[in-house]
Amino acid sequence: MAAKKKPRTPEPTRRDFLYIATGAMGAVGAGAVVWPLVNQMSPDASTRALASIEVDVSSIEPGQAITVKWRGKPVFIRNRTSQEVEEANSVEIVELKDPLARNANAAEEPATDVNRSAGEGKENWIVMVGSCTHLGCVPVGLAGDFGGWFCPCHGSHYDTAGRIRKGPAPENLAIPPFEFVSDSTIKIG
Amino acid sequence: MSGGHSEYVPSSGVGKWLDSRLPLPRLVYDSFIAYPVPRNLNGWYTFGAILSVMLIVMILTGVTLAMHYAASTQLAFDSVEHIERNVNYGWLIRSVHSNGASMFFVAVYIHIFRGMYYGSYKEPREVLWILGVLIFFLMMATAFMGYVLPWGQMSFWGATVITGFFSAIPLIGLGIQEWLLGGFAVDNATLNRFFSLHYLLPFMIAGVVVLHVWALHVTGQTNPTGVEVKNMKKETVPFTPFATIKDALAVVLFMVVFAWFIFYLPDFLGHPDNYVKADALKTPAHIVPEWYFLPFYAILRAITFNIGIPFTDIVLIDSKLGGVLAMFGSIAILFVLPWLDTSKVRSGSYRPMFRFFFWVFVVVTIILGYLGSRPAEGIYTVLSQIFTAYYFAHFIIILPFLGWYEKPSKVPPSIADAVLAGNAKLGSASSAQPAE
Repeated sequence: MAAKKKPRTPEPTRRDFLYIATGAMGAVGAGAVVWPLVNQMSPDASTRALASIEVDVSSIEPGQAITVKWRGKPVFIRNRTSQEVEEANSVEIVELKDPLARNANAAEEPATDVNRSAGEGKENWIVMVGSCTHLGCVPVGLAGDFGGWFCPCHGSHYDTAGRIRKGPAPENLAIPPFEFVSDSTIKIG
Repeated sequence: MSGGHSEYVPSSGVGKWLDSRLPLPRLVYDSFIAYPVPRNLNGWYTFGAILSVMLIVMILTGVTLAMHYAASTQLAFDSVEHIERNVNYGWLIRSVHSNGASMFFVAVYIHIFRGMYYGSYKEPREVLWILGVLIFFLMMATAFMGYVLPWGQMSFWGATVITGFFSAIPLIGLGIQEWLLGGFAVDNATLNRFFSLHYLLPFMIAGVVVLHVWALHVTGQTNPTGVEVKNMKKETVPFTPFATIKDALAVVLFMVVFAWFIFYLPDFLGHPDNYVKADALKTPAHIVPEWYFLPFYAILRAITFNIGIPFTDIVLIDSKLGGVLAMFGSIAILFVLPWLDTSKVRSGSYRPMFRFFFWVFVVVTIILGYLGSRPAEGIYTVLSQIFTAYYFAHFIIILPFLGWYEKPSKVPPSIADAVLAGNAKLGSASSAQPAE
């Protein structure tokens, strides 16, 4: 055989072909097997289907708040008093740890009170995912150094507009996608 | 010290037949009967055996509990009460399992501190040490997922906080968190997979334990003098009966303490909030993990500030990611301990300055544990930051510095010199050996 004289023939041998073909098939096959095993852990169809809920807010008086469950997490709906709105308005943006509004209903805007609230004319309403942006505990309402929310787990203080003011949380409380479908009903999600 | 040669002589015909086909009895004989151990091992060297027994205890009780437990958010909490009240001896098996987790960590912490005091991680035992840290890490993961299974308030909120770590990773963090949870929050999918993994991981631990023991038997054990065995005949004794009896005595004494918790203080180490069923809309006023995680929890909460480029607004690591990195870093740093301790002298018995800083370090970890159990506010946060800084300084500054600066006391030339001559120095050092 020629291969005996010249161990590295320029011509690929049958073994070279089998080696590459088996390796390629093996790699594709392994990927095809691994992906379903990994992806089965992602949120399933029934979890993803729980997209939106409607909430009647007509009975929430100024100063009151309710908590509803959306996607397994609590959502705070608070009808703020004018004093609470003023308090939030009096804060300069530069004083904030997180200057962004974190409002899913608008593009990246500064965290002014009106950008955090349900919008002009409905500044008294604030709707937020009640999940601390630190590690996901539920903050307690009407508590903390700024009269807004306080997370008991690791000591994050949020103001009356749900903005992080003190403690380890990195971001303002998230505002979920929502809209007033009528004067008394909010659709979340 | 494994010697490389085996002195096993099969005594029966069946033994000879098997030895030439599958020499399993030979392996057991060489590893646990003839295996030479230094003759000067003290009581702190028995915790390896105690840990092996605890792993078996946990697997046995765990497998039996799984026969009665239901991993579903609707049923889990009630099924645990069912085990406590209705299942024959269920109260006992569950108490052994839940307190066993605590005792497992008591033993592993003593085992780790013993390794630190006597420099057991130093050349040529780096791989042995790294495998040990890996076991510790797997134990933490297993214990965390096990604590979620009773589906109480602490289970639920502990799981929320711990899986929240992953959302700290920039860009892909939220996706990873949802993938881990199988949803947007901790729920049925989370509970089910935690049960599956909680059942799997102990067997992986058992696998790494085999590697750990294998590595131990390649290098041989250290001993309180830190001097390697030079004369096998004079300085070692066979594992059986010497080490077997000593280990067995230690296991029995350990079991007495264990039993005291099981029968008289079954819930002392737990948290009352975990007897309240999980509620996704209400966080307990004060979330605390199990006691064995408290020092790491304090480190997590110590980072309350963003880390950025000084005098600019550029944030490199926000406070959340910083806390998570510090917490994982506090464990990860153990992996490189063999290279951070630069001293040529192995045992703390001959390192007066190291001995002082070792005990300071032990006290600091206990203080961090206390701080982890306090609310995250006021003076507790400041103290957590100070002691977290010290924790890392011990590894990054003090240990490398000591290796260069410290003048060790005289190391005996051999174990035989230290022990058989009734070395007075070692006798006085015994009062400074690591305690719990």
